[in-house]
Amino acid sequence: MGNLIALDRTTKGYGAGAPALGPLTFTVEPGEALAVTGPSGSGKSTLLNLVAGLDKPTAGTVTVDGLRIDQLGEHALARFRRERIGMVFQFFNLLDDLTVADNILLPAQLAGMPRAKAAARTSELMETLGIEDHAGAYPGRLSGGERQRVAVARALVNRPALLLADEPTGALDTTSGRDVRELLIDLHRGGQTIVLVTHDLALAEACASRTVHLVDGHVAFDQTAEVAR
Amino acid sequence: MSALGRVVRSGVGRRRVQTLVVALATLMAVASAVVAGSLMVASSAPFDHAFARQHGPHLIAQVDGAKASTGQLAATGHVPGVTASAGPYDTAVINAQDPNGMRMPELTVAGRATPGGALDDLTLDSGRWAAKPGEIVLPTGFPPEIFPLGSSLRIQGGPVLTVVGRAQSVSESADAWVTPGQISALRVAGAPVTVEMFYRFASAGTKARLTADRATLAAALPPGALLGTRSYLDTKLSADGESAPFVPFLMAFGVLGLVMSVIIVSSVVSGAVGASLRRIGILKAVGFTPGQVVRAYVAQALVPAGVGVVLGVVLGNLLALPLLSDAEQVYGSAGLSVAWWVDLAVPAVALGVVVIAALVPALRAGRLRTVEAIAIGRAPSTGRGQWAHRAVGRLPLPRAVTLGLASPFARPVRTAAMLAAVVFGTAAATFAVGLASSLNAVAAAQHPDAATPVIVLAGGLGPPAPGGPPPRISAADGARIRSAIQAQPGTESYYGTAFTQVTVPGLTGSIQAQLYQGDSRPGAYEMIAGHWFTGAGQAVVPTHFLDVTGTRVGDSVTVVDQGVSVRLRIVGEAFDPGADGMRLHTDVSSFASVKEGIPVDAYNVVLKPGVSAVDYIEKVNAVLRPLGAQAVPNQDSGGSLLVVLEAMAALLTLMLVAVAGLGVLNSVMLDTRERVHDLGVCKAIGMSPRQTVTMVLASVVGVGVAGGIIGVPVGVALHDYILPVMGHAAGTRLTPRIVSVYHALELVLLGLGGVAIAVLGATLPAGWAAKARTAAALRTE
Ligand SMILES: Nc1ncnc2c1ncn2[C@@H]1O[C@H](COP(=O)(O)OP(=O)(O)OP(=O)(O)O)[C@@H](O)[C@H]1O
Ligand SMILES: [Mg+2]
Repeated sequence: MGNLIALDRTTKGYGAGAPALGPLTFTVEPGEALAVTGPSGSGKSTLLNLVAGLDKPTAGTVTVDGLRIDQLGEHALARFRRERIGMVFQFFNLLDDLTVADNILLPAQLAGMPRAKAAARTSELMETLGIEDHAGAYPGRLSGGERQRVAVARALVNRPALLLADEPTGALDTTSGRDVRELLIDLHRGGQTIVLVTHDLALAEACASRTVHLVDGHVAFDQTAEVAR
Repeated sequence: MSALGRVVRSGVGRRRVQTLVVALATLMAVASAVVAGSLMVASSAPFDHAFARQHGPHLIAQVDGAKASTGQLAATGHVPGVTASAGPYDTAVINAQDPNGMRMPELTVAGRATPGGALDDLTLDSGRWAAKPGEIVLPTGFPPEIFPLGSSLRIQGGPVLTVVGRAQSVSESADAWVTPGQISALRVAGAPVTVEMFYRFASAGTKARLTADRATLAAALPPGALLGTRSYLDTKLSADGESAPFVPFLMAFGVLGLVMSVIIVSSVVSGAVGASLRRIGILKAVGFTPGQVVRAYVAQALVPAGVGVVLGVVLGNLLALPLLSDAEQVYGSAGLSVAWWVDLAVPAVALGVVVIAALVPALRAGRLRTVEAIAIGRAPSTGRGQWAHRAVGRLPLPRAVTLGLASPFARPVRTAAMLAAVVFGTAAATFAVGLASSLNAVAAAQHPDAATPVIVLAGGLGPPAPGGPPPRISAADGARIRSAIQAQPGTESYYGTAFTQVTVPGLTGSIQAQLYQGDSRPGAYEMIAGHWFTGAGQAVVPTHFLDVTGTRVGDSVTVVDQGVSVRLRIVGEAFDPGADGMRLHTDVSSFASVKEGIPVDAYNVVLKPGVSAVDYIEKVNAVLRPLGAQAVPNQDSGGSLLVVLEAMAALLTLMLVAVAGLGVLNSVMLDTRERVHDLGVCKAIGMSPRQTVTMVLASVVGVGVAGGIIGVPVGVALHDYILPVMGHAAGTRLTPRIVSVYHALELVLLGLGGVAIAVLGATLPAGWAAKARTAAALRTE
């Protein structure tokens, strides 16, 4: 099938002036764990939003898992997101009114997965991520690290081809941050393709097989780690 | 512009929907209140003023002069509770003829030496008072072209009187006045010697009080001496005329509108406060005092409310015009306009209500501590909706639907406001639909002869012979006309009718009696109590007749026609507000003892099924013309007031429903705006636009269903309460067919209307939610 992500002269600008991102051209292979690093305002989140189909490029193309997502309509994009990608955010973005289990179930339910199958998948994930004790709890009562593990579980419930994470440790203390780092390393070892935005170089080094460094919307360097998985 | 002004202006500008909603809600409330208020003033003001000016009596008593002495009558002035009295004045009932020799309705004449008096101080409008026998003063309303001052009035079997003046008694104490010495010459031989007394009482505000007062009087007089009484409330009722029934109906809409504005204004302002806690915190941090914050938020409601109030006053005045011009016709007083103080009082009250409704949430904003405001700025309080999500999440429904269904519980106050808006919208629609059906039922009930498509006119077709009485149909002609109708193929059944004017001892003036010949059941009025008459000596009367005469179904009354007394037993109370609510219905044979009998001059014909009225008329006329009779189609003239009333109900309902929809729109929009971040999250994890719309709509469906379930019974209850009140104002009770108008299916549809209001109000915000850019929404973190 080839590349999982292919950017071709992809550009994103906000209004007049130099574009915030690109033009960028690069590809990501299945199984890669790509870290996107760079100073604040360099366009990391913009890049992630383009790949997630949350935003459209002003020029160039974005192909993910064989789909030209820059050309998809809203409905197809929603389908694309729930079937092929999972997202993890800096501030967790869990729904406070739903229990941990319900939060994790939500994307499966939106995708119309049969109830029993979704429930089985959820408990499996909660067990893997070590949050099964909190299934009935509400996110407000969990620690930051626990919440981020719930967010990761939610991102993975539909077995996405691609996991996108924007500063997943940005709001966590050192210990919780290390937990999440271990989790990402494990996922990558298990074959999950990951695009991880961070300016924590240590995190990038620890769990990425490749690092793309952005400065002012352009690739400053693109480096594949020697450490094999 | 001051800092405060800038804040208010940007607040009003940023919240266009809320601004519109507040303006519309106040507009609607003010418009209906202005119409209701002005009509109430206009309909009772002319009578009230004249009544006060003339020192009108609360009760006019007709007393049998043969049974009570002058001394006994004078003593009634000192009965406890009586604050003033006047009289006795001798009275007589006369049958006058117009210059053409036509018999005129009976007139009650009173003998008075002067127009003035402690009570019933008459206004002499032209000419002078009767100074000697042979002179008469006529009422101002009497056609002056027929009886100019100086003309003569011929009394059947009595003297000829000269018209010397015109006067008006607002209390309708008499139809005409002569000198006291003249009365005995006017009395028909054998008629009772009646005198009238005027009384005012310490307490006379209600019908019940007056009934008690009347009982006190009756007890103070010898048994049987008190023949009858007329209360000023009855007089006022007929003077207030056709517009009186509008008042309770408009009041209902006014109150609905006012409650609606309170709900809308307070929910809009508390929504604005809730949605901008952070902004409030920042305002305070930069140095706004709590007072300034409160003023800023009250002003944000007052600006649009002010616009709504001004437009509402304009609209109210416009709507009141057709109704007031109707009231003008009733009083003959030109230039009735909306009372100026109504135009001031209604807006003042409305603005006061808006200020109070806005003040409650605004004070909360004022009290809010700065740190708290900035801290809690955006984070929605968690926990409240959790149990609902737990409960609803189990339902076997798509997730987007259950997410929506649970969401109202996270914001109970806002949901309650939305619910109230839907309840009021549904109730208003239910009320208006019921009102329209009732009005149609009233229109149908007023024309019971609609079942008879053909009327045969049998008399009065030729011109009257000069100087002589009008031509009469002879009994033989009548029989020939009847057999012609009977023989005509296509005739199913028919009945004859005749009208005559009768007096009722104890009542001033004459009333109409409608007499029927044959099987009158097809033309029977709808019954409120008892039954339609089934034979001679039985009468059916409307509610007002019972009220005025103090009788009940089962009682007997005596009516007098051309000096002949006829005793009738009241067997039914009918819905017949026509003829001032005083028309009496009986069989023509009840009046057989009246000198020449009463000629039946019209026949109502019921046709066999499938017979065309046009064909029938053409054929039957060939037979009838030689007999001096003619068949015509029976067309009733639709009441223009009913049309106005229905149009107004439709307009006011539309406004209420629109405001209810806007209230829902406002709530859902605030909600959507507040949850834009959560919506972003949902979309990021794959919620499609359709699922988003579904979720937002589902969040209001519960409210819509609950609003329908509550609103429909509220509307029905309001209708069932208001209708009899309207009837009461019009002087009649109502039949079940007029009151119970709702069908089960109609109620279900109206209940679904609540859902429709909610869903329509939420559609726009749902679209916005679906279109909201996810990346931007997530950035708001
Ligand atoms: N919706 C927007 N409108 C206008 N400009 C935007 C918008 N989103 C991003 N930008 C601009 O695009 C540039 C890149 O922003 P982006 O959020 O991608 O940076 P980032 O690398 O993620 O920074 P950080 O490390 O601080 O998260 C910035 O200069 C930002 O101001
Ligand atoms: Mg970023």
